[in-house]
Amino acid sequence: MTLNNELKNWYVTNFKMFEEGLNGESKSKFHLVRKDALSKFRELEFPTTKDEEWKYTNISPLLNYNFRQPVSIRLKPEQIEKYLFSTKDFITLVFVNGFYDESLSSVPKEIKGLTVKNLSAALKENSPICEKYLSRFAPYQSSIFTALSTAFVKEGTFVHVEKNAVIEKPIQLLYLTATGENIITNPRNLFVIENNAQVKIVEIHKSLEENVNFTNLVTEVVVEGNAIVEHVKLQDENLKSFHISRLEVDLKKSSNYASYNVSIGASIARSDINARFNDEGGECTLNGLYLAHENQLVDTHTLIDHAKPHCNSHELYKGVMDDKSRAVFNGKVMVRKDAQKTNAFQENKNILLSDDAVVDTKPQLEIFADDVKCSHGATIGQLSKEGLFYLRSRGFSEELARTTLIYAFASDVVHSISISEVRDKLEEMLAEKLLK
Amino acid sequence: MSTEVNEIEELANREYKYGFVTEVETESAPKGLNEDIIRLISQKKEEPEWMLEWRLKAFNHWKKMTEPNWQNVNFPPIDYQDIVYYSAPKKKKALNSLDEVDPEILKTFEKLGIPLEEQKILSGVAVDAVFDSVSVATTFKEKLAEEGVIFCSMSDALKEHPELVKQYIGSVVPYTDNYFAALNSAVFTDGSFVFIPKGVRCPMELSTYFRINAANTGQFERTLIVAEEGSYVSYLEGCTAPQRDENQLHAAVVELISLDNAEIKYSTIQNWYAGDKDGIGGIYNFVTKRGLCKGINSKISWTQVETGSSITWKYPSCVLQGENSIGEFYSVAVTNNMQQADTGTKMIHLGKNTRSTIVSKGISAGRSNNSYRGLVKVNKKASGARNFSQCDSLLIGDQCGAHTFPYLEVNNPSAIVEHEATTSKIGADQIFYLNQRGLSTEDAVNMIVNGYCKEVFNVLPMEFAVEAQKLLSVSLEGSVG
Repeated sequence: MTLNNELKNWYVTNFKMFEEGLNGESKSKFHLVRKDALSKFRELEFPTTKDEEWKYTNISPLLNYNFRQPVSIRLKPEQIEKYLFSTKDFITLVFVNGFYDESLSSVPKEIKGLTVKNLSAALKENSPICEKYLSRFAPYQSSIFTALSTAFVKEGTFVHVEKNAVIEKPIQLLYLTATGENIITNPRNLFVIENNAQVKIVEIHKSLEENVNFTNLVTEVVVEGNAIVEHVKLQDENLKSFHISRLEVDLKKSSNYASYNVSIGASIARSDINARFNDEGGECTLNGLYLAHENQLVDTHTLIDHAKPHCNSHELYKGVMDDKSRAVFNGKVMVRKDAQKTNAFQENKNILLSDDAVVDTKPQLEIFADDVKCSHGATIGQLSKEGLFYLRSRGFSEELARTTLIYAFASDVVHSISISEVRDKLEEMLAEKLLK
Repeated sequence: MSTEVNEIEELANREYKYGFVTEVETESAPKGLNEDIIRLISQKKEEPEWMLEWRLKAFNHWKKMTEPNWQNVNFPPIDYQDIVYYSAPKKKKALNSLDEVDPEILKTFEKLGIPLEEQKILSGVAVDAVFDSVSVATTFKEKLAEEGVIFCSMSDALKEHPELVKQYIGSVVPYTDNYFAALNSAVFTDGSFVFIPKGVRCPMELSTYFRINAANTGQFERTLIVAEEGSYVSYLEGCTAPQRDENQLHAAVVELISLDNAEIKYSTIQNWYAGDKDGIGGIYNFVTKRGLCKGINSKISWTQVETGSSITWKYPSCVLQGENSIGEFYSVAVTNNMQQADTGTKMIHLGKNTRSTIVSKGISAGRSNNSYRGLVKVNKKASGARNFSQCDSLLIGDQCGAHTFPYLEVNNPSAIVEHEATTSKIGADQIFYLNQRGLSTEDAVNMIVNGYCKEVFNVLPMEFAVEAQKLLSVSLEGSVG
């Protein structure tokens, strides 16, 4: 307990320095939110395995570090190129150690109907959209990590797509942590997509060196009526780092949101993904893939809240666990009273490759309406013997037969990504990782 | 449709059929819980010294525990000092035949539709009827004794076979296990004891009818079933209780132990008073049931049909310790009006090549809430473990809730664990189809629900299956929305 308090004090002290570094922005309205979040952060306790939401995830390793605010460094374009999905056709924003790097980014001067900029610029301009939505959906009152993130909101990406605008070019966000030991970054994204608009956003989280770092990410997405959003996230940090993220999606009438969450890196990676239908006719897809080896722990908590009738949700999460890795999946589907004609389907499939790998999965349904179709399924198993035999009989070596099957199992999740560059690159990456 | 709805409402509002109080002189201890009460219970039951010590240890442990609060049910706090922990029909003398049983009690059983005589003659089922904590009639004892089967009340077992009881009691559910198990260990008054010796296939299905009578008597049953190597037993438990306004607490403990190649089949029909349509009254059914598959190739199978109780909160579990052992759980849980159920199972795979099957069917109607909560845990050493779980929920009406909380914890790569769950309602097209064939909506719903539960009813012993179907239609009468 005292250790926790010391750690909290550490962040509180850091906040003062952070405040001074804001250069007058601390007088803005949003700074009150930061301060409030900080006071909430002081009140809240770090979760232990006694909390139901953290039952299988022990985050005490993270509490052993006093993570510091990062310093900015400069990278050359050729150092980052290989981490991008595409260097040409995408709108690209690059953040290094939590700082926006304009020279590495490529944001076209003007695209009709689209505002895309780094968050601190948007805050500086007092963007009314920013003010309206920022921190409205991520509840810092109940989650200590979200409170921490909110207190230290400074940089991230702000995307606003105006009514009826269809943005052809995907937006690509690259968050890098480079030099600097034990640094914490609190990237914050806000995507607001107005009526009938369409956009595709891709996030990449990557660490360049083998230091122990902590990324505490919060993303808020507002999908207005009939808007269509595709959102891909690749988390590929080094195996010593911590990655804690929260994604909040607010869906309006007949909107459509699809998330693809690929988690490969970090020693402890925890994602909380919450989608809420606020009006009828919405459609939400949450797909994910986690690969873990060595001592990695991947924890995914999803919640789809069917608060309104006539909405559909589809969820598919797959995992491949090797060595001493551990996966936790908790998928909750909530169908509220009166949310009739709901269709909600959820699946979680896991393959264990080693004797020491562990999977704890808990697909949960909470249903308060009667005219609904809901199902969930969870499986944990290994490669099918028949499948292996078939490939062996066709002349595959044992190793190749195994990896081929694993690749087929895993790549399934990314197949439905519509951005071909992203899909190809992810498939390539999976092949490289699995077919070694 | 509106006339239908009225009809339905009428039916849904029907009073509990089995709500009556039998006037039998009872001998009760004063309200409250303390060491003296426990000593009194132990003394009344003429128990051996070690039993009393065990009870007191359990009591001391219980005092240190706090009531759990993670469950998905709500109820006002229970005042444990406001419960009568011991009440027995006044004992006349030792009974040899049914004629000596208090005619009032016999009438009660008749009202319930389970006359002992009839059962004796027609079904060949030995019935050990527990009436308010003390066993009043035991039949077919002799026939069972021939085979070496021991089937008696727990108090008799403590007198006649103390060494067996001492060896096994608390070995599956220790008094430290949970709050209600500790309470039960301290104050249990009676229950059944079954011992099947090596290689014996029990010649008949054993059954016990539990009733809760005498107002404010918490009933604390303790059942212990031991199946030795290569033996088989099928045990049936069925319950009904009279209508009461105050909530009655029922915290039973059931322990099953299955040794090498032995099989225990445990079936339950639970139809205690569920409270009126506003949720007033009704039984709190907080039961700890657990089976240990200790030997190789052993098997334990739980089947339950839960239609009564205002709150049902139980998880009949299997600990699969022996290699190749098998655990099964089949459940139908029906909630109507304001009933709440949080039920499911735990399958703990410890041994190699252990298998488990879970089939759970939840039906919620009225304003009730029905939760399935289950755990499948595969230990590191349980290679080749296999589990299949299916839990389906059926919602009738738009005010009820159905929830599933399955926990799957797998620590072994060769394990295959599958879980499936669906939630749906009775389709208007299905009802229309049956209406069109001349069935009333009521019958149509019954037919659909019975079809939905068939998987579970199929594994019930025959007489029970019939009773279960009847019960189901009574519980759901008119809840079509």
